[in-house]
Amino acid sequence: MIAVRRFSLQRVVYTRVRLEYAMEAISHAGTVLGVLAKDGVVLAAEKKVTGKLLDLSIAKEGGYGGSGEKIFLVNNNVIAGVAGITADANSLINYARTAAQRHLFSYNEDIPVEQLAQILCDLKQGYTQYGGLRPFGVSLLYAGYDPHYRFQLYHSDPSGNYSGWKATCIGANNGTAQSLLKQEYKDDMTVDDAVALVIKVMSKTMDSTTLGSEKLEFATITLDSTTKQPKAKIFRPADVDALLAKHGIAKKDDDTEMKS
Amino acid sequence: MECSFALIGDGYVLVAADTNAARSIVKMKSDEDKIKTVSPHLLMAYSGEPGDTVQFAEYVERNLRLQHIRNIHELRPSASASWIRRSLADSIRSRHPYAVNLLLGGFDVAAETPKLYWIDYLGTLAEVPFAAHGYGSYFALSLLDRYHNPKASLEEGIEILKRCISEVQKRLVIGLEKFNVKVVDKDGVREIEI
Repeated sequence: MIAVRRFSLQRVVYTRVRLEYAMEAISHAGTVLGVLAKDGVVLAAEKKVTGKLLDLSIAKEGGYGGSGEKIFLVNNNVIAGVAGITADANSLINYARTAAQRHLFSYNEDIPVEQLAQILCDLKQGYTQYGGLRPFGVSLLYAGYDPHYRFQLYHSDPSGNYSGWKATCIGANNGTAQSLLKQEYKDDMTVDDAVALVIKVMSKTMDSTTLGSEKLEFATITLDSTTKQPKAKIFRPADVDALLAKHGIAKKDDDTEMKS
Repeated sequence: MECSFALIGDGYVLVAADTNAARSIVKMKSDEDKIKTVSPHLLMAYSGEPGDTVQFAEYVERNLRLQHIRNIHELRPSASASWIRRSLADSIRSRHPYAVNLLLGGFDVAAETPKLYWIDYLGTLAEVPFAAHGYGSYFALSLLDRYHNPKASLEEGIEILKRCISEVQKRLVIGLEKFNVKVVDKDGVREIEI
């Protein structure tokens, strides 16, 4: 019998330490919040990379929506929110997108959400066992729809563990947010209720005093009423402001304040 | 010389295949089952090159079963058909292709509807209300054009199938005495005596 690698407790401890470093990095990242409703899923995220000199023209007009920092379109039926090391996150999102298309290529159907989460988790787990490479410093929230389990929300962490949630939170202040969600979440919420809940919780946990499109990314997955196909919408800055205004959160304009 | 048909009815798919196993002029056995149950709600009748047929059919069966075990839910008929088609399309572009033709009949549990696919060794896929492979198709398809009713009850569907079988038995020069008939509906797969 030939053992290629002997089981080493030292290796295990080393890996655990690296995973803890990864989790630590994530705990400093912008919050991402996800809530499951009976007719859709809502994702919101706090952006950390902001500033006047940032060129966000792509976010305003092009692409699939979103600034490309926190919330991404993975496939027609799945969106993902990331928290942690941005470069690692981009790599994982690309992997997820490829996996989704690979499934579409073979099966001519949208990848079931849980299967996508599992594929990413298999990758992440590999980085804790083989090669001596450091784990991905990213936690992800996957929000999606498939015909078998309908709307779903999953969370995966650097170790490669994942679980399904009705409402959950990753990144900074996730403890506070999680307890708020536990108090306020109701099982038969609609997407509109979920949006209101998300905005409420975000306003309590975000560092900024006012919510606005510069700091907030917002996305939903719903079902189109006519085609019965999943519809992913990552809100553009103008849409976010409109949504906040609709829920009674006025945007404080700095210039207006100066004038008065 | 191998013959298979299938038709869709109200909430079911009927699949039939002859039971002869023959090489050249010798009939080796007449109770060969050429319809595999590849997953709880999916039937696959195969025909073509001997050896390739069973090899490919088992390959499909094992892979779909693995999917089912891994993912709790079995693959829907449309996804299974796409996967099988992709396998055949890759095979035809390889050094030694599988020369296998299939009729895939299944029940989509999520959408609560029966599905039937005609697939050939080139990787052609067609979703159809009724289908046939082999020399028997020359007789069966015209009958099905005339008499097929997608809303037929199981009894009516069996009558239509019997018409096809007796026509083939009457007019095809090769003697196909016995046909194996299976049905798939929301409750799964079962064999039928006709």
